[in-house]
Amino acid sequence: MQGPTPWVIAIMMFVMVVIAAAGLSLANAAGVVSRGVENRYSVQIANGAAKASAAEAAVRRTPGVAAVRSIPEAEMRKTLERWLGPEGAKADLPLPALIDVDLKPGISPRAVAAKVEAAVPGARFVAHGATLKPILRAIHSLTWVAFAIVLMIALATAAAVVLAARSALAANRPTIELMHGVGATDNQVARLFQRRIAIDSLSGGVAGALAAGVVLLVIAGGRAAWVEDVTGGPLLTFTDLAALALLPLLGTLLATLVARIAVLRALREAL
Amino acid sequence: MGKLATIVEFDRVGLRYGTGAEVLRDLDFRLAAGGFYFLTGPSGAGKTSLLKLLYLAQRPTRGRIQLFGDELTDAPREALPPYRRRIGIVFQDFRLIRHLSAFDNVALPLRIAGRPETEVESSVREMLAWVGLADRASARPPTLSGGEQQRVAIARAVIARPELLVADEPTGNVDAEMAKRILHLLTALNRLGTTIIVATHDISLITATPGAQMIRLDNGAMIDPTGALKNPPAQMGHADA
Repeated sequence: MQGPTPWVIAIMMFVMVVIAAAGLSLANAAGVVSRGVENRYSVQIANGAAKASAAEAAVRRTPGVAAVRSIPEAEMRKTLERWLGPEGAKADLPLPALIDVDLKPGISPRAVAAKVEAAVPGARFVAHGATLKPILRAIHSLTWVAFAIVLMIALATAAAVVLAARSALAANRPTIELMHGVGATDNQVARLFQRRIAIDSLSGGVAGALAAGVVLLVIAGGRAAWVEDVTGGPLLTFTDLAALALLPLLGTLLATLVARIAVLRALREAL
Repeated sequence: MGKLATIVEFDRVGLRYGTGAEVLRDLDFRLAAGGFYFLTGPSGAGKTSLLKLLYLAQRPTRGRIQLFGDELTDAPREALPPYRRRIGIVFQDFRLIRHLSAFDNVALPLRIAGRPETEVESSVREMLAWVGLADRASARPPTLSGGEQQRVAIARAVIARPELLVADEPTGNVDAEMAKRILHLLTALNRLGTTIIVATHDISLITATPGAQMIRLDNGAMIDPTGALKNPPAQMGHADA
């Protein structure tokens, strides 16, 4: 790579690929979580350990229920301990009865809720989606922020290419005069600069994307396991990886187009 | 001696750069196709500016210019490349492209004109042999001597067989022997029908070229005591007449 342009493009592409990968991962995670809780509900009975088995039986009898699972008290205390420390595991801390319920697709949760709440006084039928809604909204916002950053980096790269093209024009003024002098058209002169910028962009873009790939592999190696536990799916799909791999090519096309426009505009100012 | 057409016609042409004073004033002349002209005058007289008007690198700020019988004063810039391809230019500072070989520098006008590579190959080899540089085809300009660079520049200027050749001090950077060789090349080209305009301080070149005419510039204005440049090109003698 010669001159500063490929290095600038490499750095821009590195940041762009990492941020785009983060955005795609967030979008995937949100999708997986959203789909996972789409038909999942909880029956919550405050201080209801005694009513838990009756409630579970009532839920099982309700039409449209696909799966029912009572959350064992030990599991709840373990979870609380993770958040509250040792105090959370003490037996004198009152716990509700919790029953996870998966409904069959297309079943109205309202009808099920009415039957469960009638069968077990004091029971609440709560959608998991409602609980996770603020988190999903935050994830969606972060995804859009990531894509907005990618767009801004693309614009900054385009601006850097314009500066590089202008600087190359200034540095090669005698050659351009010569080319015009021997009858070259603006398109012929612009093609020379386009080719140079395309080579710089492609070499810088590929180098930046490869470096980003290495960083993503390192991150994925250390973190993928728990992320997959949480989301139930891989960080990035094959389509995502293909889209990321296309970024250097798209960057090269963008840079070449921008360079062509910048050079043609500058040439129009001369005779 | 047949009738000669006008290849260049200037009609009360003036040129100024920006808001400065006029560097060329009221240039009013015609040049005959196939003629050999020397452009002389003291430094700062406007020779290079006049050459720029001739090879369409500059538009006049007033007056009219016709080249090859066409009015080009206000021609749109995208109309100019075909006219420029009919003009060969030898720059005072050669303007060779440093990273290209002598061969590729000479081939530039043909490639720009879109000639097939087989034609480029044979024409460039022939041209390099004509200027005595057949064995230096792959050399890059920084490795060539001043005289060799000058000959590459001349080869590039004439490779496309231009109708008009404009040379700015073509012998300014070479010794007397090389100057004689360059003049011989220009004269041979003129015999093939190319109109030659050479800006020079070198009086020996002028005296060594029988039949050539002189355009003398002083302080941006043309001195043409005989009036031969203006009236009429059809009666002018050919350079080798």
